[in-house]
Amino acid sequence: MNHLISIEDLERADIERIVSQAERFAEVSDREIKTLPTLRGRMVLNLFYESSTRTRSSFELAAKRLSADVVNFAASGSSVEKGESLKDTVLTLSAHKPDAIVLRTPWAGAAELVSRWCSAAIVNAGDGKHEHPTQALLDVYTLRRRLGAIDGASIWIVGDVAHSRVARSNVLAFQRMGASVTVAGPPTLIPRGIEALGCDVRYTLDELHTADIVYALRMQHERMSEMWVPSIREYAAWYQINGRRLSPHQILMHPGPVNRGVELSGEVVDSPQAVITAQVEAGVVVRMAVLYELLAGNRESRPPARPAPAGGRPGEDTAAGTPTPEPVAGGRLA
Amino acid sequence: MSATEPLVGGLQPPADLLLRDVHVLDPRAGIDARHDLRVRAGRIVELAEPGTLDAESGSLDGAPDGAGQGAEELVEGAGRLRLLPAFFDPHVHLRTPGQEHKEDLETGTRAAAAGGFCAVIAMPNTDPVLDSAPLLRSLRDAAAREARVPVGFLPAITRGLAGEQLTEMAELRQEGALGFTDDGRPVHSAGMLRKALQYQRLCGGVLSLHEEDPTLSRGGAMHEGAVSAALGIGGIPTVAESTMVARDAALAGYEDGRVHFQHLSCAASVDAIAAAKAHGWRVSAEVCPHHLLLTEQDVRELDTRMKMYPPLATEADRQALIDGLRAGTIDCVATDHAPHARNEKEVPFEQAPMGSTGLETAFAALHTGLVLPGILELSLLVERMTAGAALYELPTPTVALGAPANLTLVDLDAVWVPGEHGWESRSENCCFADRRLQGRVLMTLAAGAIAHCDRALAMVGA
Repeated sequence: MNHLISIEDLERADIERIVSQAERFAEVSDREIKTLPTLRGRMVLNLFYESSTRTRSSFELAAKRLSADVVNFAASGSSVEKGESLKDTVLTLSAHKPDAIVLRTPWAGAAELVSRWCSAAIVNAGDGKHEHPTQALLDVYTLRRRLGAIDGASIWIVGDVAHSRVARSNVLAFQRMGASVTVAGPPTLIPRGIEALGCDVRYTLDELHTADIVYALRMQHERMSEMWVPSIREYAAWYQINGRRLSPHQILMHPGPVNRGVELSGEVVDSPQAVITAQVEAGVVVRMAVLYELLAGNRESRPPARPAPAGGRPGEDTAAGTPTPEPVAGGRLA
Repeated sequence: MSATEPLVGGLQPPADLLLRDVHVLDPRAGIDARHDLRVRAGRIVELAEPGTLDAESGSLDGAPDGAGQGAEELVEGAGRLRLLPAFFDPHVHLRTPGQEHKEDLETGTRAAAAGGFCAVIAMPNTDPVLDSAPLLRSLRDAAAREARVPVGFLPAITRGLAGEQLTEMAELRQEGALGFTDDGRPVHSAGMLRKALQYQRLCGGVLSLHEEDPTLSRGGAMHEGAVSAALGIGGIPTVAESTMVARDAALAGYEDGRVHFQHLSCAASVDAIAAAKAHGWRVSAEVCPHHLLLTEQDVRELDTRMKMYPPLATEADRQALIDGLRAGTIDCVATDHAPHARNEKEVPFEQAPMGSTGLETAFAALHTGLVLPGILELSLLVERMTAGAALYELPTPTVALGAPANLTLVDLDAVWVPGEHGWESRSENCCFADRRLQGRVLMTLAAGAIAHCDRALAMVGA
């Protein structure tokens, strides 16, 4: 794997490999010294065009646990606000020769585009309403820790599917892992044509009891002002996961941050059925596994690494004996 | 009411040319055979059996009025090259004034000539908007100097394309406006369009309509369907177009106005046009090569060259458009040539501006995608690619003795890849770039002058 852009690009075996690696990293997290030297001398660049404290710090922590150098670049207050294009920003930052760029943007397909413009490994940390693959991987990891396998499980994803990159990545990832997926929510927030992803569609929660896992999506307040639903009150009345709707055998998930009293009632958030905190914990080890997969597991197919910080001299990159870099555009597996 | 010649531009001097043993195809004239054809002083003067006309040297002066002073140029068709009436494009964006970094009158009409077009109609969504007589006068002056093929102009229906106040349509008509359009935007208010239709009784001129209900298309960047759902990109439903087509056809019927519907993209719009024509309402419609050849599946990779309004729809919509074009429900082909600078398109899909260039690839793409597989006859394609002129009350390009030479010479066997040797257009955002196309325009005569001559022609003639 050269990049992590979309769950669509992953086979089941890829997902299992990453999740298993994350499990090995989890053992380390319980030790007193949590840091591994695996990516020493490598640089991970966080390039975020949307405000995101949770995902960004999760990536930052993951990189640091692997001893990588981390640079955070937020679009606000930077050259981006002065009108620099995404391409120019990426080309400029590439001059620092990052080994990986973790990218979040409000635009679908941006991670894929950036992967064509530079030689760093690209990790998609959310591209518009398209995908958020590390969220899906950490959700698979969380379920595997809890249930073992999810083959044959029924998973309902409930809420604002139209505006959710989490929903799209998870529909694909859960299906890859053998589960069947149903998306449910108000008809205004279920995109026309979503069945093409292989999921079922419901507009009520009448059959929610058939689910093994209930995955609630965040309901954003601005959706009300845009009139996607008449009111939060009516949304909660029809789609809130609460003690009445959640069956005792079901596992409850949520990508965070939770709006208590909107998509989830307080009682279910705090119930032992909820694995929401476990999801957050999983974020770091799964992102460690992703960085490991991209930067450590497959060295020979990547462009040459920067020389070790201690002995690095200008010009050493081109010295004889350095592996031949592959073409910038040629990286991604079809 | 138009007091001025509506098309301006084109090169000088008029051509003196002998096309020997070319296969002439002009479905309207009923010609489909090998001929020798002579153009003198820019007019078609002889049409004879193949191999019977000889080139005249400059000294053999049979030309009237001192024309034909130079030696006549000779093109050998070897019975293989096709000579067609040149194409007419009723919908292009030449980006002048204000956006000359995308295209200008010279580069845009150079692209038109390279694509076999002898005339084009330019849209008014420029900066400033073409909505006043002084601006139209200056643009026509510029076109007279710079345009390689004649250009007609459609000023705006409403001032600044704002949809609130009619332009001075009567004066604009006197200054040569072919008609009016708010292209790039719909006339959202039915009441405003009705006033324009009423005013049309005074000034004439076709009202050319970009159909889009913004309350339905808002937030969308591609066709609403399986692909947009999978990609998480806001969808534009086909009803954003078709409901407006139906509304405006009814308004035209009520006011007995003349309207033309631009760039149809879906089956429901074809149905609406068919219904309007069945009522006897004075409507016509155009379709673009990309809507005839591409679908939402081509947008999957989020190539911004595939982003245009209306968006590429489903295979069923594409089939309905082909059927509509064949049946005549859709009257003509238009390219909606919409150049954008590389840096404007080299951005994430949702940020990119709408539009694809099309002039240089229209014939080759349609020949490759529709004629070669037997979906559309070549003669019908030629008919539909020339039909736009009559919709704007202009003479149709034709192969007839005495007619001005508006001719396109094509090699139907030539295979090429658009963009491999660059573009005549200033922009390269073409949805057919990098595809292998068969059928290449070798020479274009527009208003009597040689507007385009391919390098390959010298070798063919040798």
